Parts: sequence; C-alpha cells; structure tokens
Amino acid sequence: MDAIQMSLLEQVAGLHEVPEGAYNIRANGESAGRNTTANIDIVTKKDKPGIDIIIKDGTKNESVHIPVLLSQSGLKEMVYNDFIIGENCDVTIIAGCGIHNSGDEDSEHDGIHSFFVGKNSKIKYVEKHYGAGDGKGNRVMNPTTIIEIEDGGYMEMDTVQIKGVDSTNRVTKAKLKNDATLVIKEKIMTHGTQFAETNFEVDLDGENSGTNVISRSVAKDDSRQLFLSKINGNNKCSGHTECDAIIMDNASVSAVPEITANHIDASLIHEAAIGKIAGEQIIKLMTLGLTEEEAEAQIINGFLK
Amino acid sequence: MLELQNICLTVSDEQEGTKEILKNINLKIEDRFVAITGPNGGGKSTLAKIIAGIRQPTSGKILLDGVDITNMSITERAKQGVSFAFQQPVRFKGVTVKDLIRLAASENLTTAQACSYLSEVGLCARDYIDREVNASLSGGELKRIEIAMIIARGTKLSIFDEPEAGIDLWSFNNLIRVFEKMHEEINGSILIISHQERILNIADKIIVLANGEVAKTGTKDEILPELLNGGGSCRFYKGEC
Repeated sequence: MDAIQMSLLEQVAGLHEVPEGAYNIRANGESAGRNTTANIDIVTKKDKPGIDIIIKDGTKNESVHIPVLLSQSGLKEMVYNDFIIGENCDVTIIAGCGIHNSGDEDSEHDGIHSFFVGKNSKIKYVEKHYGAGDGKGNRVMNPTTIIEIEDGGYMEMDTVQIKGVDSTNRVTKAKLKNDATLVIKEKIMTHGTQFAETNFEVDLDGENSGTNVISRSVAKDDSRQLFLSKINGNNKCSGHTECDAIIMDNASVSAVPEITANHIDASLIHEAAIGKIAGEQIIKLMTLGLTEEEAEAQIINGFLK
Repeated sequence: MLELQNICLTVSDEQEGTKEILKNINLKIEDRFVAITGPNGGGKSTLAKIIAGIRQPTSGKILLDGVDITNMSITERAKQGVSFAFQQPVRFKGVTVKDLIRLAASENLTTAQACSYLSEVGLCARDYIDREVNASLSGGELKRIEIAMIIARGTKLSIFDEPEAGIDLWSFNNLIRVFEKMHEEINGSILIISHQERILNIADKIIVLANGEVAKTGTKDEILPELLNGGGSCRFYKGEC
C-alpha cells in the first residue's frame, strides 16, 4: 500500500497498519490483504465482486476489518459483501470506505452489505466514509445495507460521513424477528455542493422487537440533505426515530419520518428537528473567550460527537 | 476596577417611539462584592449585557482597570477578564459538562480538577462530569454548572445575572454558601444582580437601579432597611426617587 492508501486506511478504520484478527483490505478494486481466523472465514464470491464473511456460532470478542480504499481517479465499482453470523456471537465489524480522487473523473464505490445475524448474537457494525483529493472528479458512495436479525439478536450500526464525499445515497433495510433489537446511529456533515440522502426502513416483525434510529447532521454551504426514515410496527414492538439537524449558510435539509403501526401493541415515536445554531450558544462560548468561529466549531464538534 | 462613564442606551420602536433603557449611568465597581437590585424592567440585565459586550451602549465608556473596553467584542472582553453567568443558561446538545468547564478554565484540566469546580457548587461531580448539557439537566442544575464555569475562569470581574432564579430553597442555602466562599477567595470583583435579601446581605455595596437610572448606592446598612420595608412603601419601587 502507498502513502495515500495508508492515510485513507487511517481515516476510515483508525488503523496505522494492517489490523489484528480477521481482515480484508480492498484497494482500487483488488484485494490488498486478507487474514482469517479459526472462527471467522472470508471467502471471495465466485459469481460477482465481493466476499462472504462467515462467523461461526459462539464467536466472542473478535473483530473483522473490511476497509475499501480508492485512490485511482475514475474507478467505479459495485461490491457485494455478505456477513453470515452464527448464533450466540459477540463481534465487532469495522467497514469503511475512503476515496482519494485527485483526477478529474468521478470515483465511485457502491456496496451492498447484507447481514444475517443469528439467534442471540450481538453485532456492532461501524462504517466510516471519507473523501479526499483535490481533483475535479466527484467522490461518490452509495452504500446499501440489508439486515436480518433472528430471535434475540442485537445489532448496533454506527455510520459516519464527515468529510469529502460529494454524493451519497444510503439505503438501509432491516427485518427483525422476536426480541431482536436494532440501533442505528448516523452522523453526517456535508459542505460545498454535496448531496447526501439516507433512507432507513425497519420492519419490526417479531414480538418485542425494537429499533432506535438516530441521525445527527450538519449541513453547511450549499449542501443538501434528505433524511427518510420508515418504521413499520407489525407486532408488539417499540420503535423510535429521531433526526436532529443543524443548518448553516445556504444549505437545505429535509427530514421525512414515517411510522406505521399494523398491530395494536406497536408503540412508535418519531422526532425531527432542524434549526440553525442558536445565537445564545455562540454568545455563551464567546463569553468564555472563544472567537465566533471557534464557538461554532465547538458546537458542531459536540453535536456530532 | 470597573468604571462605567455616562452609559446610555436608547432603543427605538415603531409603535412606542424612542425609549431610554439606561440613562447616564456612572458607576465605579471596586469592592469585592457588589449587588445590583431594583424593580423588574429597571435595566439591570441590560447593564450586565453591556458590560459583557453582548449589547452596545448608545453612548458612554466602559473601563476595566483603566483600559477602555467599550468597543471590544465579547471575546476580547472575556480575555480581558470579564465573566458573565447568564440568567437563563444555554443548553448544548452533545457538549458535556467537562467540555464546558475545560473551555471556561481555558486549559486542559484533568477530570479531577474539573470535578473540584462542580463540587464547589454542590454537584456530585462523578454524576455530572460526563453528562451532556442538554434538556436532561434541570434548570437548577444548569445554573450551578453556569456558576462553576465562572469559578473555573477565575477572572477579575465576574458578573452573575440573578443566580438565585430557578433554584429551589434547599439549593439556595448552598448557593449562598458558594457566594460567601467566593467573596472570601476571589481575586477581583463580583457583580451580582439579585433580588434576594440573603445575597444582598453579603454585599459590600448595593446599587439600586430603577427606571434605567442609579437610584441609590450604599452599604447594605444604608440600603437594605428601606428596601425591606416592603415594595409597597419603598420609594424606589414607587418611582418617587
């Protein structure tokens, strides 16, 4: 890997070198390294680009890193990754995509990640998106996540897109069985003329299933954001969706929560708030000696922390 | 020492025309603990905001230790040594109590140091230090955090706008103790806007502000008896002065 790829790796996975445990690094459309463990196997798909990550029953306290790095301008790819997680596991999966585009052609990474979470398994899935490079070519990422959680399973999905991605359309669809829980935490900051659309749809099919979809975002300059969140309560269940956005400059943010109860014991809540930074927040921090710009940065940092 | 020279603030409104909020205020704040009191709408909070730089006077001068700070921004005044505790503290989503105390102290405090400031205002530090300063904190808790920030700054002028407002009776007793302690330890002046007799009681000097004017200044022995005769008979409140 070269310096640009190492820097992307650090941004998306917090890694300075190849990670411990299972990993698969994809760089410019090709495999740049792979490691499997006794419990976690990684197999290249035969029919299409992508990998199967197979995690054995009872795998605990292990992690899988699957970063994707693009440093070649004009590269467009579509990848299918399937995560087949056995029963009674407790595993952390760290994915991420970094694009460094210093050319004039668009670079694009589209991925479909499918998760099959076995009974009583606990999964933490962390996904970071990062773009860099000073070329005119756009940096485009369109991640799709499909989630199926079996009885008693738990999945937490943390997605972060703070910098440099020009266009993104995130689609996340989940189906939950009895006693399954899904927590989604999304953080987005857009600037320039960027556009980010996120679309969550969660079907609470099982008894006592539950979900919490939380999005916090900051839209600066002329950027646009669209947040769609749909929860269907098809059984005795609880669902909560929340979108909280700070709007600045000439940006535009739309929040469209939709909750549908198809069962008498479905309890669903949606909350959405969009607003600029309160003037008194800036004034308060200025009375502590911060400049207006420092105060603004502090407020945004805290909000997206 | 803070010196206000001929501070005036006039605002114009289409319906009511021009209104004088502050009329030629001249004050020297050199005692350790000065309280400003007086009827609602008398201009107390406005005066505090003018000192902190949040509002600009129409005319007049503000000097801090001889330096003219009239045209300085809020940030510059803060750096010159002005601290201001809001009457209604501000909430911040995602920003923790520790973040705010650190910003106030403008140094990278250890958690233990940050906790010591919270303990001073009677908050059990361990429960609060990592809390977000959001809607989950009550008004009284926020007020105490606001005061802890001022203590952490430790500047030569600390202004408090009605620190007792929104604080329950039990907490209020502790609050008085906090101010008594500050009175003893501070290396500068405290300027406090208050209606509370027990706060006025520890002041070295009391200023009565009514109808945008300084109605009277003096020691508590000179001012308190008249104030405590009851609003109904007090000539300051009746606007006879």
